[in-house]
Amino acid sequence: MEIPENVKKRLSIPADEHFYAGHTACQGCGASLGLRYVLKTYGKKTIFTIPACCSTIIAGAWPYSTLDAPLFHTAFETTGAVMSGVEAALKVKGYKVKGEDGVMVVGWAGDGGTADIGLQALSGFLERGHDALYIMYDNEAYMNTGIQRSGSTPYGAWTTNTPGGKKHFLEKRHKKKVIDIVIAHEIPYAATASVAYPEDFIRKLKKARDTPGPSFIQLFAPCPTGWRSPTDKSIELARLAVQTAYFPLFEYENGKYKINMPSPKKEPKPIEEFLKYQGRFKYMTKEDIEILQQWVNHEWEKLKKLAEIFG
Amino acid sequence: MEYKPIRKVVSGNYAAAYAVKHARVEVVAAYPITPQTSIIEKIAEFIANDEIENIQYVPVESEHSAMAASIGASATGARAFTATSAQGLALMHEMLHWAAGARLPIVMVDVNRAMAPPWSVWDDQTDSLSQRDTGWMQFYAENNQEVYDGVLMAFKIAETVNLPAMVIESAFILSHTYDVVEMIPQELVDEFLPPRKPLYTLTDFDNPISVGALGTPSDYYEFRYKLAKAMEDAKKVIHEVGKEFGERFGRDYSQMIELYRTEDADFVFMGMGSLMGTVKQAVDLLREEGYKVGAAKVRWFRPFPSEELYELAKNVQAIAVLDRNFSFGQEGILFNEAKGALYNTDAKPLMKNYIVGLGGRDFTVNDVRKIAENMKAIIDKGELDVEVDWYHLKR
Ligand SMILES: Cc1ncc(C[n+]2csc(CCOP(=O)(O)OP(=O)(O)O)c2C)c(N)n1
Ligand code: SF4
Repeated sequence: MEIPENVKKRLSIPADEHFYAGHTACQGCGASLGLRYVLKTYGKKTIFTIPACCSTIIAGAWPYSTLDAPLFHTAFETTGAVMSGVEAALKVKGYKVKGEDGVMVVGWAGDGGTADIGLQALSGFLERGHDALYIMYDNEAYMNTGIQRSGSTPYGAWTTNTPGGKKHFLEKRHKKKVIDIVIAHEIPYAATASVAYPEDFIRKLKKARDTPGPSFIQLFAPCPTGWRSPTDKSIELARLAVQTAYFPLFEYENGKYKINMPSPKKEPKPIEEFLKYQGRFKYMTKEDIEILQQWVNHEWEKLKKLAEIFG
Repeated sequence: MEYKPIRKVVSGNYAAAYAVKHARVEVVAAYPITPQTSIIEKIAEFIANDEIENIQYVPVESEHSAMAASIGASATGARAFTATSAQGLALMHEMLHWAAGARLPIVMVDVNRAMAPPWSVWDDQTDSLSQRDTGWMQFYAENNQEVYDGVLMAFKIAETVNLPAMVIESAFILSHTYDVVEMIPQELVDEFLPPRKPLYTLTDFDNPISVGALGTPSDYYEFRYKLAKAMEDAKKVIHEVGKEFGERFGRDYSQMIELYRTEDADFVFMGMGSLMGTVKQAVDLLREEGYKVGAAKVRWFRPFPSEELYELAKNVQAIAVLDRNFSFGQEGILFNEAKGALYNTDAKPLMKNYIVGLGGRDFTVNDVRKIAENMKAIIDKGELDVEVDWYHLKR
């Protein structure tokens, strides 16, 4: 059904679709939803760079593409570098880059391609100050190769190369704070977002578009396949990640921190809320959950302090 | 406009930088490594002095990213250049496949340097020859002039066949050695090398394309075939562009193998790059001493000039292949290729492989004379002593 123009104007989520049906993501895939929002927000004048990850497959095999925008599929660790090259070429060719009427250069990479193998290229991209947006969609493991750990995998999570055994599980490290590494580059705009809060995500996408220089968004994107969770619980889990402060939504803008959700004045929900429905956490004992809770509390307090001091 | 060359005394690296300037390259992304560094430093200096306009310079954080950024730029439609050497080239390896597979006419100068360990910054061709199967064309320069000419021609050839090209010069022997180079006035370069017309670009927003997507078994094979075909077609383009270059600027590059005094030669020395300058000089001396010898300089290693090699091979009794490189478990790489190219032909000269100059070991006219004496003995006997001779080994 065509949406009438006057209704379209009132919607805060753009009605335009540039992500085609028939893509090959699993049911309940947070990443594909995220990609759809990016395309809704930026439309056709967007050049995507996608490295090896689930989105390679989601975007379709040759000669098909589920994206109604130009896309360069690249090697796993090169997102930051390829988008730098695209941006440089656009500038030399006289295109306006960023801004509402400009071309958006978007890197769209998984947590593995960002936190691990692609970190060097990401850092180079940020530090050189290219006018482009890097989005790390965070499903907390390497899903494309069949669910292996990444630096962004949380404490206690089962993956195929950090399995839970009879006595213990192997994933004993906490989630790498990629956003903190990014912010250490003191770029103009960085934010976290979640597919459970599309209005917030789209607002941040627009801000990234309108802020000159490099920007970065870490998008929380549940993966029912890798999380061993029911396909209809993805949005609920993404919301609980925010409400428990496991994945708080915040923005870093020109040196200032702003927490969006959960409210810093309220006590977040206990982490158990987020762990439910997820088979990947079933090995965790009460003590393990407490270890994770302590980490969440610690990181949450840290963020609140930052927002208080640099608000 | 009449062609009056501009003569400059420059290093091989500066010759490359001037060629990049004259080629009106639009994006340069690079990372330093000895002995390549001064190419990019010179380009950066041109930019800082406003001697090149309309260029974006991306000082990246690694060679892997240098190639990745060049790929992004080239896919967006820009004329892109980078340069590297040895470990840097090895680090790029994955992306070299990407550039060729995405059919991007990037031009790169590789300064041949030995691979570590042990660390060595000196000349050796194993770095570039290890990239043999990446789908890049490879041009080996003998001197600084050929570095300059090679870069200009490489862009034209690459942009015609939509394949990337490497121009290769030797560490220090060329990269840091000053020599007279005849440069071409900008207007004439512009005539020879007009702006790039890309096969595709990522900026066609009304007809968006996706490059490098998954290729299933029902299609991947054909992509590879097309790449193979482009490499084969490149031979004709190399010939034409080399001929045009000769007609316009007086230096003919129409042949992929440059023949030197081979017409009546009993045997020839064959090799690539700067060592062939030494060989040519030795040939002149040997000719005075009564040896009927010649030199065959392989300019283009990829695509491989099999046909030209055959034409040479059927008229000589023997070929001494000089390899400043080695493929472990087998033999010198050029030797291996040359033998392979002749196998199904009726040209069966005696062929011997001399491994020379690895890691910058000096290779002199006197060495060529000793090899000539050895070759003469082999021909008189009608059989090889050894097939692969580690010529410089301290025995
Ligand atoms: C150099 C290199 N090493 C390994 C791989 C294999 N590989 C492809 S995708 C992938 C994991 C991707 O994980 P992530 O970035 O988290 O994205 P996701 O698949 O979860 O969407 C790996 C290891 C590769 N493509 N390239
Ligand atoms: S494995 Fe996970 S991230 Fe990949 S397509 Fe399926 S749901 Fe999406």
